[in-house]
Amino acid sequence: MEFRLRKGSGVPAYQQIVQQTQQALRVGTLRLGDKLPTAREVVAATAVNPNTVLRAYQELQRAGLVESRQGLGTFVVRTLGRAEGAATEELREELDAWVARAREHGLEREDVLALTASAVERLFQPSHSGNGEPA
Amino acid sequence: MIPGSAALEAVELTLRHRRRTLLDACSLRLPRGAVCGVVGPNGAGKSLLLSAAAGLVGPDSGRITVLGRPAGSAQALPAVGYLDQRRSLYRRMTVAELLATGRRTNVRWHQDRALELLGLGRVPLDARIGALSGGQRTLAALATVRGKAPQLMLLDEPLAELDPLVRRAVLGLLLADVADHGATVMLSTHILTDLDEVVDHLVLLDAGQVRLAGQLSELLTAHRFVDRDGSSVLVRRERPDAAAADADGPTLDELVVSYLHAPGPGRWLAPGMRPDAPHGALIA
Repeated sequence: MEFRLRKGSGVPAYQQIVQQTQQALRVGTLRLGDKLPTAREVVAATAVNPNTVLRAYQELQRAGLVESRQGLGTFVVRTLGRAEGAATEELREELDAWVARAREHGLEREDVLALTASAVERLFQPSHSGNGEPA
Repeated sequence: MIPGSAALEAVELTLRHRRRTLLDACSLRLPRGAVCGVVGPNGAGKSLLLSAAAGLVGPDSGRITVLGRPAGSAQALPAVGYLDQRRSLYRRMTVAELLATGRRTNVRWHQDRALELLGLGRVPLDARIGALSGGQRTLAALATVRGKAPQLMLLDEPLAELDPLVRRAVLGLLLADVADHGATVMLSTHILTDLDEVVDHLVLLDAGQVRLAGQLSELLTAHRFVDRDGSSVLVRRERPDAAAADADGPTLDELVVSYLHAPGPGRWLAPGMRPDAPHGALIA
């Protein structure tokens, strides 16, 4: 996986790394046993301080999502959410079709994100929203 | 090199030119593996501090050591890479000749690392230095620094003439050297946003004096804004508070500006960068 880090976005880079990893674990682009890019690879591609990457990986390790193995790298040991299985596959296809339609109707990226975010806000009760994810 | 020694240590470092004091009793200690931004207004002494660390100018009083050796000494030089602000290179030499000189004059030489840097700006190897653009000349000079695979890189305004994409790629390579080999980088700049998410240490110079030095997280969590007579003033906390820093702590920008403008918190050398701090490697 490749991290896309935006500086000056108000979200610290280590948080962006944590969030993007969680996201990848949720949608299944990162699976059990997958290796995260090395700190060196992330640093070279994004020009963030090496400690920032290490800090993010430590946080993911504390959350029990990844495990660092001496000399080998950092590996996924747990995935997130229920984004696996046939039902999820079907939901994803429906969503892809929906997003494609939204684009055909001339909606911008931000419009689509706002629409989906507001639907999620409306339909998920507050008690369901935590989902065991670190704040 | 002396294992366990600091990447750089200055104790009461003072440099004068004629009657002017250009560096005034500067003390600081930079651990190995640090990426340190050196900032401050024009004439603050940023370039002079870097060239003193490179051993090009000797102190009038006080001392400066790099990697445990006196700056500029025969033991220190092979492990130190220095990019000067003027990118002094022989203008009539071609880039290829420059690399050949690097290979000949250095104990260790990593042609691949030098070429990697030149590739970022598509610098032609057969071009004469004098014919290169400012940005390309910077890359050529940086290539000779990186080819040495130095343990300490002293870079005077390394990003000044680079376009944003190349700038990020160059920083990426330099930071990768830190991740790979535990290299230490000290770079000066005028542009604070260049340092965002890049540096983990900061030195603020003003009029030849160290106004502020420390690990960045330490500096940011050790200060807070308070309301005083209707205006917001930056003060030092009694003890660092990472949890509260998001709410009332400064940004890097605000920290630097507050220190440069009175009434500010004055001068502060965070415990980790004081010369008497216990030795040890970084990686927080």
